[in-house]
Amino acid sequence: MAELRTEEMVLNMGPQHPSTHGVLRVELVVDGEVVVDAIPHIGYLHRCFEKHAEALNYQQIVPYCDRMDYLGSMNNDHAYVLGVEKLLNIQVPERVEYIRVIMAEFQRIASHLVSIGTYGLDIGAFTPFLFCFRDREMILDLFEMTCGARLLYNYMWPGGLSHDLPAGFVEKARAFIKHFRPAMKELNDLLSYNEIFVKRTANVGVLPADIAINYGASGPTLRGSGVKWDLRKCEPYSVYNKFDWDIVVGTGEMGTLGDCWDRYMVKVWEIEQSLRIIEQALDTLPEGDVQAAIPKRVRPPVGEVYVRSESPRGELAYYIVSDGSQKPYRVKGRAPSFSNLSLLPEISRGYLIADMIAIIGSVDITLGDVDR
Amino acid sequence: MNANEIHDRIKDRFPDGIVEFKIDATVDPFIVVRPELIRDIAVFLSSDPELKFDYLMSISGMDYNDGNLGVVYHISSMEKRHRITLKVKLPKTDAQVPSVESIWKTANWHERESFDLFGIVFQGHPDMRRILLPDDWEGNPLRKDYKAQEYYHGMKVPY
Amino acid sequence: MHNFITYYLGTGFWGSLVSSIIPLVFILPYALVAIWLELKISAHMQDRVGPMRTGRWHGWAQPLADVTKLIQKEDIIPAAAEKVLYVLAPALVFVGAYAAYAAIPFSPAYIGSNINLGIFYVVAVSAVVVIGILMAGWSSNNKWSLLGAMRTAAQLVSYEIPSSLAILAVVMVVGSLNLNDICAAQSGWFWNWFVFGKFPFLFITFFIYFIASLAETNRSPFDIPEAESELVAGYHTEYSGMRFAFFFLAEYANMFVVAAIAAVLFFGGWNSPFGTFLSGPVWGAFWLISKGMVLVFIQIWLRWTLPRFRVDQLMYLSWKILTPFALLNIFAVGLWVVLRG
Repeated sequence: MAELRTEEMVLNMGPQHPSTHGVLRVELVVDGEVVVDAIPHIGYLHRCFEKHAEALNYQQIVPYCDRMDYLGSMNNDHAYVLGVEKLLNIQVPERVEYIRVIMAEFQRIASHLVSIGTYGLDIGAFTPFLFCFRDREMILDLFEMTCGARLLYNYMWPGGLSHDLPAGFVEKARAFIKHFRPAMKELNDLLSYNEIFVKRTANVGVLPADIAINYGASGPTLRGSGVKWDLRKCEPYSVYNKFDWDIVVGTGEMGTLGDCWDRYMVKVWEIEQSLRIIEQALDTLPEGDVQAAIPKRVRPPVGEVYVRSESPRGELAYYIVSDGSQKPYRVKGRAPSFSNLSLLPEISRGYLIADMIAIIGSVDITLGDVDR
Repeated sequence: MNANEIHDRIKDRFPDGIVEFKIDATVDPFIVVRPELIRDIAVFLSSDPELKFDYLMSISGMDYNDGNLGVVYHISSMEKRHRITLKVKLPKTDAQVPSVESIWKTANWHERESFDLFGIVFQGHPDMRRILLPDDWEGNPLRKDYKAQEYYHGMKVPY
Repeated sequence: MHNFITYYLGTGFWGSLVSSIIPLVFILPYALVAIWLELKISAHMQDRVGPMRTGRWHGWAQPLADVTKLIQKEDIIPAAAEKVLYVLAPALVFVGAYAAYAAIPFSPAYIGSNINLGIFYVVAVSAVVVIGILMAGWSSNNKWSLLGAMRTAAQLVSYEIPSSLAILAVVMVVGSLNLNDICAAQSGWFWNWFVFGKFPFLFITFFIYFIASLAETNRSPFDIPEAESELVAGYHTEYSGMRFAFFFLAEYANMFVVAAIAAVLFFGGWNSPFGTFLSGPVWGAFWLISKGMVLVFIQIWLRWTLPRFRVDQLMYLSWKILTPFALLNIFAVGLWVVLRG
């Protein structure tokens, strides 16, 4: 038989596609169903955060930080206010940091729940998605009773918090944790160890540790490759060093180290670690005034700070440059999803289109975070 | 290693590469280096067994509003647990700097971002295109003297 | 009296017309019920309540409202589509599903056409669906649709083999391709049904058939042709309004066809589980539809529990697991038939 002539086809995945988790566009070069190359195109959700920051004063930027990674708003605020406080050189009461850590960890759980749920959806399992969202709703209820908002909180201010914890928060948080632990077990039975799910994700999108580091990957994407690196422990900020918890890393138990299943499972395991931190923080929550240290006028001296923090998606950092005025000279957000997404072509070549979905989902990006 | 030791080690290797070293700045110490040497310094930083800067955290463009643009490299080492900030200053009229993409792949997108928003050209970058803004956008928005274009495909831009 | 309509009206124009309309009279209300069931079952599996307002009582009118909406919707044909094929495809897909109803013995007194090659006919017309889906995917002029259509063609053709082999095992036991005869061979109490009666051979056969039939109807976990998270909606991405409703209707009609065939082959068809108790033409219809609906329920249950296979894993399952098993099974059943006389 004569040689069959085949042609590569360019397939445009996104910006409107159910599984790109937002307005990501990936230009796929496919040979049949095999991905030959994947070129991400971003910027569809660019909201000029850095340009806005030029015209706003320090406190006004907090709500914009909320909107960067809209699934991890508390973590965004946390990193930013830590930076501003470092520039101002002010010490906040311990209660403030405890509450911030509680909120940040609840936010991490909420964000991971979205990630896990939508990942199940990507693989074709619809039910775990709703289980995850049911539990996430309860966390959002906690946020709502604290600051009145469910998604974009503007809760952490430079020097303090907008509100103290409401009466009954601690009890409600404990009740949630009590409900949530069995729910996670149910999720593992339904999804994480499901035969088909494991088949779809193990040995797919393998990311070796050295490539992950070279591409500046961070968060679960990096830890999925077995690198024990978590800024909460490696460069402790806030009060994280007061709690007893572990860094979880991928084990490669279902396939190769650094495959999609590892990246997924790191998030599941991290939820348990976050619960541990929250429990300890609730137990040892100090008394104090959460607004005592809020400065009347934020006017840092000339200087600059690069503040790193561990957001649900990885290393979230702000580079804040002050020229001594009320407005920052420059704020640059170092978004974890931005760097994590840049390694997509590296780990998707040679897999099928269906795997592509699994890979994008496992890298866990938020387009608000990528495009800022 | 602290910033002083890192500085000394670079100084030993590149005696005339360092323009400015500041450790008494409000918070983060930084080293300003000569732009044409940034690539060589990066190779040295990443390969030197004492330094082992294997992780490029971020590249930020800057407009110092004194006729100079700048690029700020925040790098760290996962193994040695230290970090340093490198800076280069470039004249606005000829903003070119060697790319460090071949050393840290993180730089690929971060340099594209600086190119997009500041108009800094990174020599030797394999794919120097805009990344966040549309390909046919005019100007570099984060430059302090930036004026938004009047119309973009018939749409009024300054609202 | 295999078909009471042709018995009274004769096999002329009127008899044939009324006789052929009966499945349609069944399919439309059945589809509404099945869609409503799917909404409610999935909701309760996911800790929700599902539609509650339309029609007041547990949202019973929700499918009706959906259908009304689909009928009113603008019929969009993409400018670049191959128009004739595009328009024809949904009809062909539905015809494939609908035609299969002609050979389903709903009750001892009603079978659309009591042909001797009944089961063979059902397998054959079900394959027409492939052509319809390929037409839909190709004519939409959309890469996602095309990929979905290609996947469907590969999948349906692959799974025809294990499902046909499974059917063959039953045919060997009965010695007839006529579905009424197959039902009659299982009369008496429920332990006479093939799934229990010829244990363990036909029990295994049933599982092979059921898995293969899930793949043939593009139901989860084999719904890769329309895998909404990968291919947007697969072959029917570009369809809207009534044409989309036809695909939808065909899917639900097909679900019942495979469920009814499974009921006939393995669960006694229109036989009552309790010997002659509650049997007869009307009860026969009741039993067949009930058995079919139970199997439809299992299909729905699986859909809301399992993730989706990947296309190569799907092929692997068909060619390397199901087909060899089905062949072995045929051999075992054949041996058993020969030895038992």
